[in-house]
Amino acid sequence: MKNPHRTQRIAFFFLLLTTLLIVIPVGLIVVIIIQKGLPAINWQFLSAMPRQGMRAGGILPAIVGTFYLVSGAVTFALPIGLLAAIYLSEYSKGNKLTRLIKLAIVNLAGVPSVVYGLFGLALFVVFFKFGASILSGSLTLGIMILPIIITTSREALESVPQSFREVSLSLGASKWQTIRHIVLPNAVPGILTGTILGLGRAAGETAPILFTVAAFYLPRLPHSIFDQVMALPYHLYIISTQVPNVDEKVRYGTAFVLLALVLMMNLVAIIIRYKFRKNKKW
Amino acid sequence: MAKIITKNLNLWYFGFHALKKINSSFEANRITAIIGPSGCGKSTLLRVFNRMNDLIEGVRTEGEVLADGENILGQKTDLVALRKKIGMVFQRPNPFPLSIYENIVFGEKIHADGITRDKLDEIVKRSLEDVLLWDELKDRLNQPALRLSLEQKQRLCIARLIAVKPDVLLMDEPCSTLDPQGTQRVEELMRELKNKYTIIIVTHNMQQAARVSDDTGFMLLGELIEFGKTQEIFTAPRDKRTEDYITGRYG
Repeated sequence: MKNPHRTQRIAFFFLLLTTLLIVIPVGLIVVIIIQKGLPAINWQFLSAMPRQGMRAGGILPAIVGTFYLVSGAVTFALPIGLLAAIYLSEYSKGNKLTRLIKLAIVNLAGVPSVVYGLFGLALFVVFFKFGASILSGSLTLGIMILPIIITTSREALESVPQSFREVSLSLGASKWQTIRHIVLPNAVPGILTGTILGLGRAAGETAPILFTVAAFYLPRLPHSIFDQVMALPYHLYIISTQVPNVDEKVRYGTAFVLLALVLMMNLVAIIIRYKFRKNKKW
Repeated sequence: MAKIITKNLNLWYFGFHALKKINSSFEANRITAIIGPSGCGKSTLLRVFNRMNDLIEGVRTEGEVLADGENILGQKTDLVALRKKIGMVFQRPNPFPLSIYENIVFGEKIHADGITRDKLDEIVKRSLEDVLLWDELKDRLNQPALRLSLEQKQRLCIARLIAVKPDVLLMDEPCSTLDPQGTQRVEELMRELKNKYTIIIVTHNMQQAARVSDDTGFMLLGELIEFGKTQEIFTAPRDKRTEDYITGRYG
């Protein structure tokens, strides 16, 4: 006999179970990294150059490197991605070609990052002769996060109610004025979400920077965008696999710094987003 | 004096013939109501006058629409100027998610660069006075407009429109989301406004048309069946279909 109440209870139980299955591993990762990494964190670890073949000293060049790379990637990808999203959402007609472009962009987000790395190597390092440099690495990371930024920004723009556009146009605003004064401000939270996602991905990826910028061991800070830098994910990979006898504390400490850096950058974006959302509700 | 005249106006939405040979004349400083059952094309007709149908793909128009003697259907029509002159109030009150003040000055900020704060303050005051909201809202101009009641929102939308100084107000079922009291107050406002503006209102509420309008057009299946003085339409319709509609035989 069918008992709807029991079926519902069972369904709820399984939904809860799957949620826990997702949340618990994430929580565990964070807890373990904090537990093992936090003891390594001190001022010297954050502010000094690595010493003794990266077994001691600090990780400053890797922190600075990752910061530059991520900033560079977002500086490059956000304007271009936003403009592309505006075009796709506001100007392009809904024909086959634009549908194909949208599909291609969504698919680009799923391309393995090592492919972007090779692409960056061929285009920026070799063809444009930027060499292995912050510029090449930032551009490669930027191209990698472009699809994320375009897709989320486009969705944010499209979710602004059509009626706002109609009113604005009916008041004699031009199309661009409508986009500039009505559509964009209301899409900012969504656009920031896309930027956060892209930022986190750019900070954490190893493969795209492998051939384009990352230095194995370079205990000094970069002087220009044509310098190589160390970067946190690559540094973590090296001290975990390539350099023998690195203290576990240093490895988890590096992972902790990477995690904290991404979270901190996300936090800034989340605060901005919150401020925008507070007065933009419909 | 005729403010807007349509001559043999036809409109197709892809293959669908939505407006059929509309000939009409809308007088200045009067309220003209367009009535008819859902889907008869009355909103479509309204949206011809400020070219809002341009936003919809697959719409094609033929014929002439003269506003102050000028054909507005041409390719060269300046849509920005046209829409400043012929403004629209929508079915659902749709203030922007901005403050009351920002809503009203939106048009002015776009049209006049570098306008002074004093000038803007004055526009806000005058526009809100015109829609009889000034006393209610003067102390909370910086609050979000979305917190107002539905009726206040709709009046605010009218104030926002008036701030752009249009000649013609197109109203697309402006009271359909309001309660009877709100409706009554907006109707009073319309009577007040007709001294300064030409008002065209689309409504499927016949009583509203009878109460508020001077002229009435009755539309059915894309045709303008009858057009004339409201009193005549409601007391002595010439067409059988008009009579059937206003006596409630269908609709």
